[in-house]
Amino acid sequence: MSEPQIPRDEQGPDGQSRIGKDEWVATHGERREARSGVAGALLDRWERLPVWLPLLVAVSFAAVFPFLTDSDYVVRVGFNALVFALLALGLNIVVGWAGLLDLGYIAFFGFGAYAYAMLASNKFDVHLPTPAALVIVIAASALLGLLLGLPSRRVSGDYLAIVTLFFAQIFVTFTTNANRITPPWRDETVDLTGGPNGISGVDAFSLFGVDAIQVSSYFYIALVLLTLGMVALHLLSGSRTGRAWKAVREDPLAAAAMTIPVNRVKLLAFAFGAATAGLAGSVFAAQQIGVFPQNFELPLLITIYAMVILGGAGSIPGVVIGALAITIALEVLRGPADARLLFYGAIFAGVVLAIRPWQRLAALVAGTVVLGFAVHLVVGAVWPRGTERIAVEGDGLMGTLVEAWVLLPTAPGTIGNVAFVLLVASVLGLTLLGERWRLVALAPTLYLAAFVWENRLIFQPSVTRLLILGALLVVLMNARPQGLLGTTRVEIT
Amino acid sequence: MARLLELKGVSLSFGGLRVLSDLDLHVDEGEIVSVIGPNGAGKTTLFNIVTGIYEPDSGEILLDGESIVGLEPHTIAVRGVARTFQTIRLFLNMTVKENVMAATYGRTRTGPLRSMLRTPGARREEREVAALAEEKLSFFGERLMGYRWEQPAYSLSYANRRRLEIARATAASPRVLLLDEPAAGMNPKETQEITELIAKLRSEGGYTILVIEHDMHVVEGISDRVVALDHGEKIAEGSFEAVATDPRVVEAYLGTKAAATK
Repeated sequence: MSEPQIPRDEQGPDGQSRIGKDEWVATHGERREARSGVAGALLDRWERLPVWLPLLVAVSFAAVFPFLTDSDYVVRVGFNALVFALLALGLNIVVGWAGLLDLGYIAFFGFGAYAYAMLASNKFDVHLPTPAALVIVIAASALLGLLLGLPSRRVSGDYLAIVTLFFAQIFVTFTTNANRITPPWRDETVDLTGGPNGISGVDAFSLFGVDAIQVSSYFYIALVLLTLGMVALHLLSGSRTGRAWKAVREDPLAAAAMTIPVNRVKLLAFAFGAATAGLAGSVFAAQQIGVFPQNFELPLLITIYAMVILGGAGSIPGVVIGALAITIALEVLRGPADARLLFYGAIFAGVVLAIRPWQRLAALVAGTVVLGFAVHLVVGAVWPRGTERIAVEGDGLMGTLVEAWVLLPTAPGTIGNVAFVLLVASVLGLTLLGERWRLVALAPTLYLAAFVWENRLIFQPSVTRLLILGALLVVLMNARPQGLLGTTRVEIT
Repeated sequence: MARLLELKGVSLSFGGLRVLSDLDLHVDEGEIVSVIGPNGAGKTTLFNIVTGIYEPDSGEILLDGESIVGLEPHTIAVRGVARTFQTIRLFLNMTVKENVMAATYGRTRTGPLRSMLRTPGARREEREVAALAEEKLSFFGERLMGYRWEQPAYSLSYANRRRLEIARATAASPRVLLLDEPAAGMNPKETQEITELIAKLRSEGGYTILVIEHDMHVVEGISDRVVALDHGEKIAEGSFEAVATDPRVVEAYLGTKAAATK
């Protein structure tokens, strides 16, 4: 065998080793200097901010929130947002960090709620003090998490999803029917969960000798728990355990070869996620003063997943922001006037973000506006019934604009349905067009969307809100697959 | 010299296919042993069986005199066997430094509760792990230093990924380091660098090394001893010169006809 074929000049001076000479790394400092000017200085300043500062600002803003409104309803929406954020944080451990597709997660939320209700209500005449009940609930949830995690030793990915989904369904079926269980050692039936009627009269939280009665008390309890949860999980994220979770997500085989006990680490993720969900469930049960099987059905699971995915799986602030955004959006979409604002706002924001350069954007907006008035004018002349109706929630500037711009035929039932189908078809059609024609076709599609909204969707906002949220998610996931604050991930093996 | 890793009569079949048959192999403390052989000879299977991914049908595997057959992969890793993979298997979405730090899991103790509470012990251990990772990364000169610590592993070039995988394996504090084709896909300059690096891993790192390699320049440059496999059997063993000229090895690589006409 001959000597290694290496060109002379590739060896160092005097045939010295060139091991580890890397000019790119050596000159990195100089390239960084290039980031100058005002933008560069601001960016540097931003990167040097301590991590706790944004949290402090957000928490203090949240803390004054109940003082800004005198409506219990608004505070309760805030409370729900915080509880769901806590719930999403727990799911983020299992899905975002450990990469385990756990579709049974919602059952832990339900388990925590039911467990607290059983330990602190008139149901069995047990009234444990709140701290004791919480400790028991958290421990029991973690234990249940370990049990449900056992299949993850053998199955992963889609298979694990199906197995855990089964558990979520079992939980709802069990709580709905466990009001007439016959234990082997007794003859008469026992009522364990109250069946479809659930458990009511759950004790309020009682901490430091004060009973939490008002919604705002629960708001602050949830805020404290969420803040503690964020801090704890942030510390965990960068720790030995956090690294092991992520390593198992990235490559279980390599993780095992690098001294990580994969199965134990997976179970640990399940337990931590379940404990977080159990805690959130307890607060939820106490605030609601009751628990019912329908609180823990699949739609909630999908919503929680949407929060994690929208915010960016793996990112703590991202998941919390995702939870707040979705809870608040779902609430706002209940009322027609607010829903309308959100609908047009979302469409406008989407168009502004997607269409570049600004000349095209301006042309599109102008084209859509002109098209609307033109259609309104023509239709008004040849088919008077087409513009006769008064807009839903038609007071104010928004209503006036809608009445002047959108066709509002009387008795819009069938027309609305047909237009809806047409809208779906044309949105699908848009994806097939080339860039130039898509821009041209976008204006009539936007106008059609407004027509469908005013003549069909706005009548049942509580139904259509899920539809709209789904559409928003589809658009957002196309634009930013990693979620709002998530980091881009690669899936190369 | 003490036998650090020893395989005695190891056999493994997948169904009717005999992948390893009655294989004897040993690596002494401080030795660098190369395993060569044509594709499908069972070289990577040998690594998989030593690291516990497969369990042998028969035979014994001893690490420092103790059997490691039937132990789970992570336990074997903690006992002191670390490896790299032929198809690089990094934790791609973690940073360079996190990749290396993750491999210290089995040798560290801090549980999740202590991490969340930031106890003094947890902080000290975290500092030690970070220092260890930096030390292991500095083994490769400037390649994996500085700003690259915070870069995700997927942003690294191919050669740097191979280097990072070696750094990660050394962070598991192994006694035996198994390198699966460390020079595969590298250009001549990088290959020369990896040859020097493997020598440095022994002289400065103190690791005992078992390496699979196809590049004969590398094998010649680093090996104390060479083992040639074909169809799961050991066909030759000895110094590089002896094995490279062994008729059975030439035959395995070039076929009988070529061997006859030589």
